[in-house]
Amino acid sequence: MEEYGGGDLLSEAMGPGARVVVVEDRVEAPGAFVLHLLLKRALAGGGGAALLALAQPFSHYDRVLRKMGCNLSLHRKSRLHFFDLFALLLCSGVAKGDAISDSFVQLYGDIQRVMDANRAGDNADRFTLMIDDVSLLEVAAHGSVDVVLDFLHYCVTLTSEMNCSLVFLIHEDIYSSEEGAGLLMHLRYIADLVIRAAPLSTGLATDVHGQLSVVNKCVFSEQRPKAQRIWNFHFRVKENGADFFYAGSRH
Amino acid sequence: MSEAVARCLRDGRLDGEHAPALAVGSTLRCSPLAARAMLHLAAAVASHAAAGKAQARGLVIVAFDRSPEVYLDFMRRRGLDQNALNRCVHILDCYSDPIGWKEKIRSQQQHESSVDLCATNKANVIVFRNVKDVDKLLCSSIDLGRGFEGTGKICFSIAVDSISSMLRHASVSSISSFLSNLRSHDQISSIFWLIHSDLHEPKFSRAFECLTTMVASLEPAVVDSVHEEEIPGDVSFLEENYSKAKFYVRLKRRNGRVKHLYEELHVEGNEVRFVSMPSVSTEVNQSLLPKVQFNLELSEKERSDRANVVLPFEHQGKGEPIRIYDGRRSLPEDQRDPNLTASALLDEVPKSATPKGEIHYIRDSDDEQPDSDEDPDDDLDI
Repeated sequence: MEEYGGGDLLSEAMGPGARVVVVEDRVEAPGAFVLHLLLKRALAGGGGAALLALAQPFSHYDRVLRKMGCNLSLHRKSRLHFFDLFALLLCSGVAKGDAISDSFVQLYGDIQRVMDANRAGDNADRFTLMIDDVSLLEVAAHGSVDVVLDFLHYCVTLTSEMNCSLVFLIHEDIYSSEEGAGLLMHLRYIADLVIRAAPLSTGLATDVHGQLSVVNKCVFSEQRPKAQRIWNFHFRVKENGADFFYAGSRH
Repeated sequence: MSEAVARCLRDGRLDGEHAPALAVGSTLRCSPLAARAMLHLAAAVASHAAAGKAQARGLVIVAFDRSPEVYLDFMRRRGLDQNALNRCVHILDCYSDPIGWKEKIRSQQQHESSVDLCATNKANVIVFRNVKDVDKLLCSSIDLGRGFEGTGKICFSIAVDSISSMLRHASVSSISSFLSNLRSHDQISSIFWLIHSDLHEPKFSRAFECLTTMVASLEPAVVDSVHEEEIPGDVSFLEENYSKAKFYVRLKRRNGRVKHLYEELHVEGNEVRFVSMPSVSTEVNQSLLPKVQFNLELSEKERSDRANVVLPFEHQGKGEPIRIYDGRRSLPEDQRDPNLTASALLDEVPKSATPKGEIHYIRDSDDEQPDSDEDPDDDLDI
């Protein structure tokens, strides 16, 4: 993966072996660009990917990724499995608890089948499942946090059964109040790696769009026992990617 | 692990008592370390059982948060061989398919040749597919424990990892009864569980702590007192929290006494170490002693010299009984001792060769109380 944007601060901070990555963002500093980067890396590295899109339609991702030099339409035929759940949000009217749960079981079944197929094929490389975003998943579940957590737990079990990693995007500022913190807290617990996008703490700047803090919990990774666990750096989002740099290292 | 805790879990229950129970509580900051501590505990109990040093013949792990493979891997690295693992560790897998979705999906697509992802070929791992049914969970856990080999009464330990995941599917009261049923079951030697206390209201973790004999809580080694975690900023100084944590243990004795222990938990790679720390009271004493430049301590000689000093009131008697005139004593009593009667005293003074300035006081009458509250000046007409 070195040639595909490797060597930057983000991939250095993420290191190898993180199975569950949670990207937290807020309204002032959207973290969708991290998701785009990770999607591009997953596809460029030769592995497969599944994208559960609730926030945007396919054409949006296609356009953004095309600027970054990755043709999603081309990949969609082979390695990218795009689940358009945007429609699920719109058409889901009043549904009862069982119906919601059933639709999530269905969704999980589809994902599992896709992964099975991916594993069975010659393409036995790493598989990445992305969810954009978990907050909307909760909306799709009519606010039933338990169903979402069950679904996410089942996704997590896939990481130990198959060679797969997960990337979840969640808007943390929605959960700032005490009673709504359940989903965010649970997600932080199951995460191996938390990437948090936030506006610049020192105020606005023209050439810095915000800061990322990466916390690498990786409990069971044996490769780098003494490795740095917490990273802080600034980012600048560009049309064809993003720059990551330490504070003060750029003018 | 603090030795005392490991010893309690190893020694198990006494006849006519409930099994010792340990709750390990942690928060999000310490969750990686708490997971490690839990694995370490499980490995310690399992290896005691394998070596035949414990009351328990084996360990049943009710796994919610981590896949069984994680436990087995960890124990293998701790030097337990496959044979010992098969013999002494049974895992009830509530992680792979907790509410039966995978089963449901497989039954739907039975015509296709789908492989059972959770079907393990391991004899000591059993997948449990309905965690909402706590009673069934209890039965399955105990059944799994009965499978350990041995003669006579077979005891076993139980680890629940974690209660927080159970709470997502079951009520507090049903889990409380699950835990108390386990504790009071006569085949259970000890029980320990992990709870993420910040996922629930404080009263929930308290409710479960009431059922324990030991409570261990992990707290971050470094606390950011200026910023809350929510405020983005430079959090690099919290790095240390990912390699060590404070480990507080409360041991409840049978007579109700509570003992506090404080240790530090260090994690390096696969290694988990507990470093004992000075107890809280010694720490307080040390920090409260004033830092002065002169010596407050006495040497041994100074101490003995001090003991030999005769204090001013001590040489009055010179071996004889001390008699101090007490005017309150009634006269007839005093008359027996001629030296101390008023007349004798008055007579003797002029006779003495070296007259000293002495004041002798003779009370006017016995009517007046020696310590009368009466104002002495009240007869002055001012």
